[in-house]
Amino acid sequence: MNVLAIDTSNQPMSVAVLKEGILAAELTINMKRNHSIQVMPAVDYVMNQADLKPKDLQLIAIAEGPGSYTGLRIGMSSAKSLAWSLDIPIVALSSLKVLAAQVTDQHKLIAPFFDARRGNVYAGLYERTNTGIETIQFDRNVEMTDWLKTLKEMNRDVIITSSTSHQFTDEIYDTLGKNVRLIDSVLQYPKASMLAYLAMSEEPISVHALAPQYHRMVEAESKWLEKRQKER
Amino acid sequence: MTEHNEIILAIETSCDETAAAVVQGGTELLSNVVATQMDIHQKFGGVVPEVASRHHIEQMTAVLEQAMDEADVTFDDIDAVAVTQGPGLVGALLVGVNAAKAVAYAHDLPLIGVHHIAGHIYANRLQQPFEFPLLSLVVSGGHTELIYMNEHGDYQLIGETRDDAAGEAYDKVAKALELPYPGGPQIDQLAQSGEDTYQFPRSYLEEGSYDFSFSGLKTAVINKLHQKRQKNEPIDRENVAASFQASVIDVLVNKTYQAALEHNVKQLIVAGGVSANQSLRARLQEKFEGSGIELYIPPLYLCTDNAAMIGAAASIQYHQGDFAGLDLNANPGLMME
Repeated sequence: MNVLAIDTSNQPMSVAVLKEGILAAELTINMKRNHSIQVMPAVDYVMNQADLKPKDLQLIAIAEGPGSYTGLRIGMSSAKSLAWSLDIPIVALSSLKVLAAQVTDQHKLIAPFFDARRGNVYAGLYERTNTGIETIQFDRNVEMTDWLKTLKEMNRDVIITSSTSHQFTDEIYDTLGKNVRLIDSVLQYPKASMLAYLAMSEEPISVHALAPQYHRMVEAESKWLEKRQKER
Repeated sequence: MTEHNEIILAIETSCDETAAAVVQGGTELLSNVVATQMDIHQKFGGVVPEVASRHHIEQMTAVLEQAMDEADVTFDDIDAVAVTQGPGLVGALLVGVNAAKAVAYAHDLPLIGVHHIAGHIYANRLQQPFEFPLLSLVVSGGHTELIYMNEHGDYQLIGETRDDAAGEAYDKVAKALELPYPGGPQIDQLAQSGEDTYQFPRSYLEEGSYDFSFSGLKTAVINKLHQKRQKNEPIDRENVAASFQASVIDVLVNKTYQAALEHNVKQLIVAGGVSANQSLRARLQEKFEGSGIELYIPPLYLCTDNAAMIGAAASIQYHQGDFAGLDLNANPGLMME
């Protein structure tokens, strides 16, 4: 299967193409620049390296979030439009799940997270079993302090990983002590090839309905809801 | 397709309408699909950029598909993909720009980045041919501009607003009158049964300038309302609306007329959302009657944001070979030249 995968959910952007199910080319750019400028030229580059034409593609894989709202939409708009106009299936996967899948340890909790600012994180909980990577707790937007408490209560060894720089290192060790292994973020860039591999065994979803998973309401909307509830 | 009959798939997502259209030869509308978010933003009293962007990404491919279906074309029929590059809300623009790039890449089609205002002007070309030189009055929530054109694709800015756009002043005054969003059509409606009793100032700026300014007028209206409320005097909303509207339209019509005469143009073309305003349409018709200058105001569905106008403007760029690369980016502050 020829698969094109795109992840623009955070500062590191990754694009990869699998040719007949094997990685042919992957490009990761970790610069504070606009993904909108970079993503299609990157797609063009990996496709050329793989010696594939757009019509040779059979599946599009997209990292659906969480992550930067704008970043997510850049990747999602590109991926949806490719899948729709080429009339091929599309699979959307959690950006955190992709990161968790890059950890190869089995039977340990894997807790990937992205910094969501002001003490908050986007976090999920996964575990690699004999059959693959399983979701233990769904992705969420949560205060890091609360999230670490949740992890502590599980009373198991946990591997924490993040692809973005953060200031939680001390807090993680303070809360979880010797039960935790924290992977340095320089070792953990999201790889679109992993996204592509995972996507091959997932059910495709309807392209039109697809939207990023922000895990956060727009502030104006939550204020509006709050106001409406008070009025009742 | 023959060279002058090219078919362009066009996308517009600069504000709160997700739009796609198929346009042939720059003049013929094969389809024009607009998914409006007006109802969604109404409860916030204005467009919330993040909300707009979220809706664009949900609508984009469905709107594209509908535009292709209604035009009864396949990708084999399409000669180019065009998209609004700016100006507009950056997050909103990005959805359309990246969709356009992906479709162009997938089908190896040329890509055209279009200026939103060029689109508004070229909406008129879907109705009748242009004759140069012409003058265009662009009035919308984000723009108030007088643009002179000597030939296709040549835009010379001869006047613009120095503060609020005309549509923006409408929205702010509507808010002060406690009218629901969007305020423009509401004020226009109220004004029809009111009179210009308040005589708000007309801001013509210095002699010979074709620039506009509406923030002084807006402040004058808001202050007047404030005074009345403090003194517990009744507010005649119809008359306030009519007085405000008379001031805006006097200035717009008189300046536009002066500029049209001075530049000896053959046509005056009105563009942008505010050109849907009934009083503006009527006053312009009155003023240009017998002037020897042809006046064109697009039908309502082409006044508001749509992608057909982007396809029409893109046709000129297509023939000029003005194509963009896959590194095309949204540009919220895009200039016209």
